[in-house]
Amino acid sequence: MSSGGWFHLLPNASANARPLDELWWAMVGLCALVAVGVFVVMFVFCIRYRKGRPADRQLSKETLPVELTWTTVPFLIFMGVFVWSLTLYARSRTPPTNAETIYVVAKQWMWKVQHPGGQREINTLHVPTGVPIRLMMTSQDVIHSFFVPAFRVKQDVLPDRYTQLWFTATQTGDYPLYCTQYCGLDHSKMGGQVIVMAPRAYARWLDQHDTGTSLAAQGAALFRAKGCSGCHGANASVHAPDLDGIYGRIVHLSDGSTATADDRYIHDSIMLPEKQIVAGYAPIMPSFSGELSESDVLAIIAYLKSTRPGRVPAHQSTKQSARQGTRSDP
Amino acid sequence: MNSSAASIREQDLRARGLVAEQFDDAEQQHATAQFGMWVFLATEILFFGVLFAGYAVCRVRDPEGFLLGSQHTEILFGAVEAGILLLSSATVTFAVNLIEFDERRMVTMLLAVTALLGVAFLVLHGVEYSHEHDEHLMVGVDFAQHGPHARGIELFFFLYYAMTLYHSLHVLVGVCVIATMGVLVWRGKIRGEYTTPLVLAGLYWHLVDIVWIFLFPLMYLIGR
Amino acid sequence: MNATAITPDFPELEPPRNFYTHRSGLRSWLLTTDHKRIAILYAITITLFFIMGGVAAAMIRINLVEPQGALLSAETYNKTFTFHGVVMVWFFLIPSIPATLGNFLLPIMIGARDLAFPRLNLASWYLFVIGGCFTIACLLLGGVDTGWTFYTPFSTMFSNTSVILVAVGVFVTGFSTILTGLNFIVTTHKLRMPGMTWFKLPLFVWAMYAVSVVMVLATPVLAMTLSLIGLERIAHVGIFDPALGGDPLLFQHMFWFYSHPAVYIMILPAMGVVSEIIPCFSRRKIFGYRFMVYALVGISVIGFLVWGHHMFVAGMSATATLVFSILSFIIAVPSAIKVFNWTATLRRGRISFEAPMLYALGFVGLFMLGGLTGLMLAAPALDIPLHATYFVIAHFHYVMVGGSVMAYLGGIHYWWPKITGRMYSEAWARFAAILMFFGFNMTFFPQYVLGYLGMPRRYHAYPPQFQTLNILSSAGASILAIAYLIPVVYLGWSLFRGARAGNNPWGARGLEWQTTSPPPKGNFLERPVVQKAYAYDEAAPGGEPATGATA
Repeated sequence: MSSGGWFHLLPNASANARPLDELWWAMVGLCALVAVGVFVVMFVFCIRYRKGRPADRQLSKETLPVELTWTTVPFLIFMGVFVWSLTLYARSRTPPTNAETIYVVAKQWMWKVQHPGGQREINTLHVPTGVPIRLMMTSQDVIHSFFVPAFRVKQDVLPDRYTQLWFTATQTGDYPLYCTQYCGLDHSKMGGQVIVMAPRAYARWLDQHDTGTSLAAQGAALFRAKGCSGCHGANASVHAPDLDGIYGRIVHLSDGSTATADDRYIHDSIMLPEKQIVAGYAPIMPSFSGELSESDVLAIIAYLKSTRPGRVPAHQSTKQSARQGTRSDP
Repeated sequence: MNSSAASIREQDLRARGLVAEQFDDAEQQHATAQFGMWVFLATEILFFGVLFAGYAVCRVRDPEGFLLGSQHTEILFGAVEAGILLLSSATVTFAVNLIEFDERRMVTMLLAVTALLGVAFLVLHGVEYSHEHDEHLMVGVDFAQHGPHARGIELFFFLYYAMTLYHSLHVLVGVCVIATMGVLVWRGKIRGEYTTPLVLAGLYWHLVDIVWIFLFPLMYLIGR
Repeated sequence: MNATAITPDFPELEPPRNFYTHRSGLRSWLLTTDHKRIAILYAITITLFFIMGGVAAAMIRINLVEPQGALLSAETYNKTFTFHGVVMVWFFLIPSIPATLGNFLLPIMIGARDLAFPRLNLASWYLFVIGGCFTIACLLLGGVDTGWTFYTPFSTMFSNTSVILVAVGVFVTGFSTILTGLNFIVTTHKLRMPGMTWFKLPLFVWAMYAVSVVMVLATPVLAMTLSLIGLERIAHVGIFDPALGGDPLLFQHMFWFYSHPAVYIMILPAMGVVSEIIPCFSRRKIFGYRFMVYALVGISVIGFLVWGHHMFVAGMSATATLVFSILSFIIAVPSAIKVFNWTATLRRGRISFEAPMLYALGFVGLFMLGGLTGLMLAAPALDIPLHATYFVIAHFHYVMVGGSVMAYLGGIHYWWPKITGRMYSEAWARFAAILMFFGFNMTFFPQYVLGYLGMPRRYHAYPPQFQTLNILSSAGASILAIAYLIPVVYLGWSLFRGARAGNNPWGARGLEWQTTSPPPKGNFLERPVVQKAYAYDEAAPGGEPATGATA
């Protein structure tokens, strides 16, 4: 129903699709009104005042009131449209706190999707209806853009940065997904499907595709394998910041400023450690860019998100974070 | 001068090809040419402005890296270069003022000094570049810095080379223009009654100087 | 008062004495400093570039007839749309009206003998030709596949095509634009004849002035941005590289800081042309001259403040997004004023429908449609689903092709008698204009729908449900192509067999109509005098033709 056929109206498959369509059709109506209005006036003038046709051609001297009117009225209308679109825009930038995070890594020319429970997909994204989903996205190479027309969502996906978009799917079905920022040779082939399922069908799908290790557990394994716990672990000899429960905390930096330990902060700490040094620590952490892929970093972030301050030592986290990883984490 | 003497003078200037046909008189030509040069200088500000904007953005993102990078520049060289350009701006200003009085020898000498100071600037800068090459600071050619801020230093020096290379290119053009003006003054083509090219050249040289006045502190003086 | 007694209006009895016959031979053309000859040199060159860009467009539209790509491989397609964008933007649209009509008319309209710097004018043409030939050679031989927007890191770190060479070519061409703009600004300030005060200037001159300010201030930014791409490709490091702590978004800010004003470079001259044509064929002075001037200036100034609306989904902060959005809404106001004023000019006029008028009326309609859809894109919430889809492509083709190209052709037709001394075939011209209008809408209106339905741009192949609309668009494009070829034929024919034109075949106002067709080398045989009854101060209510008119 959402693809095939030579002409179809775009489905409203997400919660914000309908309000957006209201703004869209209102704008189409407004623009059509103006366009038709101006066309009709032009047409009438051209007919009535064409050369050779007798008509009253006395001109009025006073034009300022008219000019001011058609300056201020459009201005007010435009401001009205701006304010209306502002509320929709604010909503699109603010995922609800209970949104489930799914990770997306874009690369030339495919989409790699990682669910927090460890399920992986290429070029497809399975989501349940009725649950707000937040996509945390990054690119391995050039700028791409994640676009689902049926949801009315789009967000550029950048290298070495995280961007996000969120939606709540409301209709089951298969909806096209496109890359919409030109990214090279097979840009037009870099698409896929978003497959929306009822919650129970989705849970079954998750079970069927369970890899056995959640994303957080994969992250914990990497944390040990790459030697992170050697410095950041509880029994480390090197003076390095304790990372348990770090996610979302305020961090005091060596230059006196503060930062929030969000996804970007953690990513940069791993890839560009010299950018932000924690106060009281020496800048001795090596960079892992080249050693860890973007997918690896996402796994480590998922792992760190699952830790709690003080209670769960880094080297014992596997089972606990495997359980925690399948639940939605803020 | 009364008006008939003035119009005879105008016709004479026009007959000798010193007033182009699109202009009504020499005064209009001179004012127009100067205005044109100011518009051109505005484009140069926008041109360099992009690099300054890029510098500002990158420095805010990594202040420590820029600090360390700046400490690798040779402040003595930079300061001497600034002094050279300031002095050369003075000499060219004197030249522009003196040409009104047809002081051919003096003006030619001042222009020669200006051009030589410009050459000195370029030579000193070349020496700086060679030192930086020896210290493995030459981005894209031979860059090897270590430590946590190596990337920031590399970014700093990328901008350093972009800005100083473009500036040096403008200095080189300026030297050629000033030297040409010197030749024209010596040959009597530029004199009291026709000073326009020299005035324009002076304006261009002042821009070249001003750009360095901004570059010098941003590149050499942070963190010192 | 008949202050401008020029040659008698029986041109066929006299051997022509005009800027063509003043000197002859190839050298006299290639070394000319006459702004009128330089205008013609530009016209020939940009027509050639337009044909090249048009061939690329034809290849794109043919390819898009099939969902899997009917004509080109993905690699060739990517190079083709890059070629189309680079050539059409930098080698056709930006120079089109200013370098041809602007060069020819600006001095005449202000009563001057030439531009302020005629040799710089010739230099700007040579820079244009050299830059153009070099760039196109590189585009054809190696090709570039980054799109005309050169986004990083694809252009700096990933594309293995001739990016640096093309960047150099465009860099050089940019100086042609800067020199033209500089010349126009200085000329308008300094060479206006006595009595020609600012608010007596024709709107075409105001438009040339406004566009020149934009050209002069924006183009250097492009030059430096392109050179930074080149430097980054050579050094393999740079300020746009995220792995170094740089920022790919910084490139987008720098690029669009130029490229948004660039689109106003493409539309402001068109507005100037239309503001000359409509009053002439309505036999009325323009409605609201002062507001039209303020609107031109307003668009050129605010145009520098809205570049971020190309980056609403790029990862900018919400604050930046909202600031750019509100400014983008504000800049729609002066454009709206202009559309209303052009329409109001028709009221109580004496309207006739010669080809220039058809083009001008078509411009008003199509520019309005393009501008209204721009308004939709200015709202970030709406831009999110529409960005980088065919909706945007339709939007900018409506303003640039339905707008600027139509206005350019209207201006060519309007001033054709003045420039060449000949009249073209009115019947064929009207036919071509109407065919163009229909062909254009058939090509680009379906693209609005495609964009709403989600078809992304720069797609070599697409999902099959989009095929019907693509076929419709390609069919329209074939009609449009024919409509563009028809003027080439009858305009060329008119050079040899067209009726000779008098000084003022349209009965228009303006200093250019008070001199011969074609004008003499110094533009006027006798210095014209600006009269109180100049077009923009007063008009006889019935719209009497200007003094010296033959029509």
